[in-house]
Amino acid sequence: MLTLRCPYCGVLADETELEPGGEAHVRRKASDCGDGEFEAYLFLRENPRGVHFERWRHVNGCGKWFHAARDTVTLEVFGTYPAQTEGPPGEIMETIGARRPGWRWREFS
Amino acid sequence: MRPDAEGASGTVTVETAGPHGMVTVRGDLTSSTLGEVVSEITGIAVPGRGEARFEDAYGILWMAPDELLVFCPYGEVAESVTKMEAGLEGLHVLVADVSDARSVFTVSGAGIRDVLAKLTPADVSPEEFGIGMVRRSRLAQIPAAFWLRDGATVTVICFRSVAGYALDLLSTAATPGSEVRYF
Ligand SMILES: [Zn+2]
Repeated sequence: MLTLRCPYCGVLADETELEPGGEAHVRRKASDCGDGEFEAYLFLRENPRGVHFERWRHVNGCGKWFHAARDTVTLEVFGTYPAQTEGPPGEIMETIGARRPGWRWREFS
Repeated sequence: MRPDAEGASGTVTVETAGPHGMVTVRGDLTSSTLGEVVSEITGIAVPGRGEARFEDAYGILWMAPDELLVFCPYGEVAESVTKMEAGLEGLHVLVADVSDARSVFTVSGAGIRDVLAKLTPADVSPEEFGIGMVRRSRLAQIPAAFWLRDGATVTVICFRSVAGYALDLLSTAATPGSEVRYF
């Protein structure tokens, strides 16, 4: 069972109290970019075996969106952090670096 | 210590708690104006993260980083809303009377933690869920919030449209003979 600590409430929320929001840190492309880029923005997502970054909403709770960094194989949670960011915060990167040396996910490593 | 360590039976009573004045206030909870206005209605200071504060018929629940649920007697709710709207004028806030959109239940008895634990994935152990804390979660398939009034009384709120379902759930979980006695 996956449990994530909501960074807003501070409570440990069960997966069934959360709404999955797909991949985190997807950057919107302007409509004047190329077709390939726009397709990638709309449809192409990571599906890693290992370190992954996701959006979750604390739907049966405070209602806020937040981000989670976890391992899709072991379900180890590296941390959760507020959604008002364009990338994972330094402490999350450090935790992942210590637990999964050499990890890489999109432009982050 | 187990709540029923004194030899109580673990039987739990479920009651509908009748009408309550409930006002959702959304805005910057760190605003001193908001704090003063809300405290003037209730006589209670704005609660910190995850806290439930009550004095008799008045109370404030921390619902989210930008949301409070203010409790007052049902008959005073219109006046309270008017006062709050006047006091908060000019600020980016929302004040909404939700008294008729929520239902309140009182669940009491030694086995309340067991009854909650049958219905919610939230950790309701004394370490994680103590007196003075509010937890928003779900009861089976519906969103609900609950807080302990004392060691043997928990108040539950949910949307009024699913009040019948909530009452059935709580009553079934509290059926005599189904005591778990885990906590
Ligand atoms: Zn939350």
